[in-house]
Amino acid sequence: MKARVHVMLKNGVLDPQGEAVRHALGAMGFDGVKGVRQGKVIELDLAEGTSEADVEAMCEKLLANTVIESYSVEMV
Amino acid sequence: MHAAVVVFPGSNCDRDLAVAFEAAGAKVSMVWHKDTVLPEGVDIVGIPGGFSYGDYLRCGAIAANSPICGEVAAHAQRGGYVMGICNGFQVLTETGLLPGALLRNAGLKYICKTVGLRVMTSDSDFTSGYTVGSEINIPIAHHDGNYFADADTIARLQGEDRVAFTYTDNPNGAQADIAGILSENRRVLGMMPHPERAADAGHGGTDGVALFRALAGALVTA
Repeated sequence: MKARVHVMLKNGVLDPQGEAVRHALGAMGFDGVKGVRQGKVIELDLAEGTSEADVEAMCEKLLANTVIESYSVEMV
Repeated sequence: MHAAVVVFPGSNCDRDLAVAFEAAGAKVSMVWHKDTVLPEGVDIVGIPGGFSYGDYLRCGAIAANSPICGEVAAHAQRGGYVMGICNGFQVLTETGLLPGALLRNAGLKYICKTVGLRVMTSDSDFTSGYTVGSEINIPIAHHDGNYFADADTIARLQGEDRVAFTYTDNPNGAQADIAGILSENRRVLGMMPHPERAADAGHGGTDGVALFRALAGALVTA
């Protein structure tokens, strides 16, 4: 079994990398991109029986820094 | 003063920090990240600059969960002194010993230059050698030094006189121009600039010396 963890900067936390991507898209002629937020996806290959709560504990302790980031867990 | 300097894979300011401690009269022990105890009688732990674990995941995140960091946290909780510089500051925020986080520089560029800092408090054993309000010149060298914390935390840091240094000309977008902060008991300091790189005439500046001397003076009998 696998879990997919999505980590994003929280709303209100400046994302200068996303902003640079938005600028580049505009310069390339892709109009209408109002904002870009860049995050990361972490895939975990898990032993059977690992619970979503276990993955959330991993997020709280290591995978995300909840001062600046939010996360969501998808069991797949 | 007995100082321990922690070495992670990817640390690159560990020897500079040890030299600065020694120049102030300290006995220095180097501690490996896999060690599970600090040497007997350590007064202060220095977490040096560099790129611990290649900055993988987030700067300082993996170092903060390394075996030695549990001991560093226990040392701080016993009232021991800890000083984190640059990547060391990032490690201290990741461990939760200091509030907030360090984000990517607002201008996206890695910045390596000497900057002006305003000394905001002399009420700590790190900053007692400076005059409040004075300007000192200390080098920075970082890509992720943009200090972030929520508005309540910033207000609390300011209200409790826990901002140690601010930038005179903010280079990285840090909130409230914050360059360095203190813990509640004023014995844990985290700062992005490198005082150990301004600790010898050969460095081109000596404004960092007063920090190490003040520490040595405070911890001489500890």
